[in-house]
Amino acid sequence: MREKGKLRRALQAAFPHTIPIFAGFCFLGLTYGIYMRVSGFEFWYPMLMSLLIFAGSVEFITVNMLLGAFHPLQALAITLMVNARHLFYGLSMLDRYRGNGPKDIYLIYGMCDESFSINYAAEIPEDVDKGWFLFFVTLLNHFYWVLGATLGGLSGSLLHFNLEGLEFVMTAMFVVIFLEQWRKEKEHTSALAGLGVSLLCLAVFGADHFILPAMAVMLGVLTLLRKRLEKGGGVKCR
Amino acid sequence: MQMTFTQQMITIAVVALGTALTRFLPFLVFPAGRPTPAYVQYLGKVLPPAVFGLLVVYCLKDVSVLTGSHGIPELVCIAVVVLLHLWKRQMLLSIAGGTVCYMLLVQNVSFFAK
Repeated sequence: MREKGKLRRALQAAFPHTIPIFAGFCFLGLTYGIYMRVSGFEFWYPMLMSLLIFAGSVEFITVNMLLGAFHPLQALAITLMVNARHLFYGLSMLDRYRGNGPKDIYLIYGMCDESFSINYAAEIPEDVDKGWFLFFVTLLNHFYWVLGATLGGLSGSLLHFNLEGLEFVMTAMFVVIFLEQWRKEKEHTSALAGLGVSLLCLAVFGADHFILPAMAVMLGVLTLLRKRLEKGGGVKCR
Repeated sequence: MQMTFTQQMITIAVVALGTALTRFLPFLVFPAGRPTPAYVQYLGKVLPPAVFGLLVVYCLKDVSVLTGSHGIPELVCIAVVVLLHLWKRQMLLSIAGGTVCYMLLVQNVSFFAK
């Protein structure tokens, strides 16, 4: 009985954090499902892929892979490159995604951009179980994505509503999380480096190739600044 | 050349496993039992603000400043998000406000239409 109450409280605490993702993932999932459908795949392809892969950008890319010749090694290489940013998420979550029992495995498996961002930035109330909160955020996001992708695969065309521009909900959410993070910091070197380096690399390498160089430069900059940042007390976790 | 069904499933499995690998790797390399090197702990603390910056830029990566709407709707609506958030500090309100503003702009102003 107490266990049940604990679960419900965690779900109630987690759900409001996922509302923007509900809008964003249903919409993006829908477009992804439709894209697969018009590319000639049955609805269960986007359903299966959204369930198993659960990483938006690489799923769109996989559609093209499936339409081409069979190159599993190339598929692996592209996947690793597009998803390399997850490495940074993992490094940031080494503490938070541990000590929650078997849930840890699912938390790590479902660590997409959005679940990582919410779970890293969220201030979990004292009376809410941390592990279940993190779990429900991840599970709800996963569910929205599979739901959107499956519906898109079934319908094959956009509904009557004009939803153009709804994808901006993701941008808006990351901007808000960035601001919240900014407010908590004593010192903004890392945040500014992240923005500046990313913009610079985007300008130099273009939209399809900027992430890896941006990650490398960020790593270099933060490594060089280690002495200063650790001494200045700017390093404060959450 | 069309893939066979088996080849399709292998491709999907490879992508799924590759994605999982990028997520599990840090946890495998730095297991719970052993102390994590100080440098890695440092990275775990300073990376997130930089990563959130990267994610904002990542969302905007396909916006062209030189052609089309020149990124004006994005810029305006990010400003709306920031101002709303500085004013009310209600996460959902800031996100919804910026998104509705963006949808209105791209749907109703022909210059901003995609």
